[in-house]
Order: sequence, then C-alpha cells, then structure tokens
Amino acid sequence: MASEARVRLRPAHEAIGVLPAMKAVFLRDLKTAFRQHQDLLNPLLFFVMVVSLFPLGVSPEVSFLQQAGSGILWVAALLSVLLSLDHLFRHDFDDGTLEQLVLQPQPLFLLVLAKTLAHWVLTGLPLVLLAPLLGVMVHLDGNSIAVLCLTLLIGTPVLSLIGAIGAALTLGLRSAGVLLSLLIIPLYIPVLIFGTGTVAAAADGASVGGYMALLGAFLVLALTLAPFAAAAALRISLSNS
Amino acid sequence: MSEPLLQAMNLQCERDDRMLFRDLSFSILPGTLTRVEGPNGSGKTTLLRILAGLNDAWSGDLLWLGKPLARQRDEFLQNMMYIGHRPGIKPLLTPLENLRALMAGRKTVSDSVLMQALAGTGLSGFEDVPCRRLSAGQQRRVALARLLIADEPLWILDEVFTAIDIDGVAALESLLVERARAGGAIVVTTHHDLQLPSMQRISLGGGDGF
Repeated sequence: MASEARVRLRPAHEAIGVLPAMKAVFLRDLKTAFRQHQDLLNPLLFFVMVVSLFPLGVSPEVSFLQQAGSGILWVAALLSVLLSLDHLFRHDFDDGTLEQLVLQPQPLFLLVLAKTLAHWVLTGLPLVLLAPLLGVMVHLDGNSIAVLCLTLLIGTPVLSLIGAIGAALTLGLRSAGVLLSLLIIPLYIPVLIFGTGTVAAAADGASVGGYMALLGAFLVLALTLAPFAAAAALRISLSNS
Repeated sequence: MSEPLLQAMNLQCERDDRMLFRDLSFSILPGTLTRVEGPNGSGKTTLLRILAGLNDAWSGDLLWLGKPLARQRDEFLQNMMYIGHRPGIKPLLTPLENLRALMAGRKTVSDSVLMQALAGTGLSGFEDVPCRRLSAGQQRRVALARLLIADEPLWILDEVFTAIDIDGVAALESLLVERARAGGAIVVTTHHDLQLPSMQRISLGGGDGF
C-alpha cells in the first residue's frame, strides 16, 4: 500500500502556490454553502423582512420612506451580515477543517482572506443585488438607488472582513452570539455612517466623491489588516480548544 | 536521513492548573514509529497538537532538523501531516471532494489518484455519496485515504484506529510499518493494542481510577 520510493524531505519549490490553495478554499466554501440552502437564504430573508416591516411598523408615507429608506437598507444589510458571521468559521472549527487550514504550508492570512471572500460572495453580494428592488419599495429615486448599491458594494466586503476578526476571536466560546455583536458593532458604525451619508448627500444633489473615497479607504484598510488579525485570532482560538 | 526530524527538549505543559507533563524529551527519527501512551486525560492529544504546532501553551524547546521550529514553520508544515480526531471531513461534501480539498494545499494530485486512494481504503462506490450519509468508520476512512497519497516525512496521527473495523486496523498497521520501513516518521496515539517492531514509546503519566 505504501509508496515504494524512499521518504524524503520535500524541497521548497514543490510547495503548492498561494493562489491555487486560496482557490481551493474558496471553492470548497461555496460548494458546502450551496448544499445547505437555509444558511444561504437566512440572511437574505432577514434583510427583506426587516426592510419590508418598516413601512408597516413606522409609516408608509412616501416622504418618510424616501428620507429613511437608505438608512433602513443599510442597517438591515449590516444586521444580516452580522447574523451570518458565526457560521464563517464555526462549522470548520467543529469538523476539524480549520486545523487542517492552519497547518497548510501557505500563509494563513491569505487562506483566511479566501474564506472571507467566499463569505462575502455568499452573503454580501446577494444583499447588494437585492438592494435595488427594496430601494424601489421604499420609494428611493433612481440616482439614490444607484449610489446606495455602490456604497453597499464597497461597504459589505468591509463588514465581512471586520466580522471575520470577531468570528475568529469568539470561536472558542460556546455561545458567541452576544459577544460577537458587542465586539463588532462598534467597528461597523463608521461604515454605516459613511454608507448612509453618501446616499443622503446624493439625494441632496451634493458630490459623493469624498464619501466614496472614504468608503474605499475603509475597504483597503480592512483588506490589508483584517486577514492578519483574523488569522492571529484563529491560531489563539485553536490553541485554546 | 538519520538526523532526527523533530526533537523535543524539556517540554512542559500545564492545562487548567494541572501539570500534564514536564521535562519531556524525545527525538523523532526518520524510519521510526512512536506511540504516545497514557490514560484518558493524560495529555496525549495535547502533546500531539503541540508537536503539530496547533497548541502554543507549552514551554521547552522544539527543534525541526536541529533548528527551532518556530523559525522555520513553513518548511515544517510542508513536511508534516497531522490528522486529528476531528479529521477535517465536511459532512456535506462527498469523499472525493473532501479528499481533493484536503490535498489541494499540499500536493498536486489527479482525480484518478484520489479515486484509487479512496478505493484503497474500501470506499469504492461511495465516492459521490455525501459524507454525512456514511458511517463513522467510513468517514474516518476518508481521512485515512490521505495516508495513501501523502508523502510528508513526518506523520502525526491522533487516534487513528478509532471506529475502524478489524480488517481495516490490520491494513492500517501494515501501512504504518511499511511507511516506517521506507523512512517515514510516524507519531500516533491509540488505545488500540498496537504491537509493532521497533516502536518507540512515550508514556504520559495520568490519574488513577478503575
């Protein structure tokens, strides 16, 4: 059964490159998610329900909805991302996949980045795609909807990336939900403020360039720093398990 | 390759205010099989996780090829395979997909080789059944199929024989012996009564009872 060849040390050039390894992690996450529809639909359904409850619960007035619409959509998107965060590493932690991920010879932060990217494709991106429809429902005009979608497109990856840090830190805890929210929401607030601020500025006819640049800066900052922090947090959580 | 792959010097680990082991020193040489022994809760899994670099709560020295392990983590990870008692099998994926994903970061392997490995562990016919429909032993075998493909010089295997039937255990034992003969180093924990020639034993103390 064993190979005939003598066992030898593997030279460095035989290592699998970072990109194929990241791709494998990304594809595995997509595949498992598509086989578990509920986890995939939950955040989306939550998003739609929260947004559609506001006109019923507060006021169906067009003027109110026009004013509050972008804020409602942003808050709902933020909460539904938060709702899905616990799954980011939890299943992998429980079945041991995470140990194998940490032991891969590639840099862990890049593998974590691939996982986070998969999380965004599965939760953030569908929210962005659904936003125009809900935007029409809350009577936003075309220009505001376009700007709103753009802010969500830049903003939701930031939510996933920051959320990955919190999810990794609270991995060892049995009921991580509350602590995760407490840790993460303060960090989400700037993204929320600038996300809704951009749409408000667009509605007033002001220039949105500055806001967009700031959101873009958040994204770059999160892309460069969050994977490192999440990778370090994962090692700590695994070491304590 | 007679130089030790892995050397542990004065390892000490404390968990929940309890000393699991102290002044533990040993070398893992190529071509040897090492069995970590001890009663439940004596720290076997913890020791293996320390050796694999998953646990940081220890003191002492760990050397990989004579140099501190922490400073050459990439080389170490490239040459070490660890299978824990949660072996990294996703219940929603099929054995083939699981194996493919587990090998993806380590070695380029074609699907036919993967199929062969699965067949070699007695899983032919189950390649496309989601793992959650397989029995515990079969799921375990999916993870063990890696042993037929892996070429890392150091294997660290936690409770390999769990849930495996008698024939499987025999095949696995001969696989490990073959592997050690070919120059691979293997560290295992098991409650199974493993009797193999030239086996190194590391005994961890533990509580009493029964």
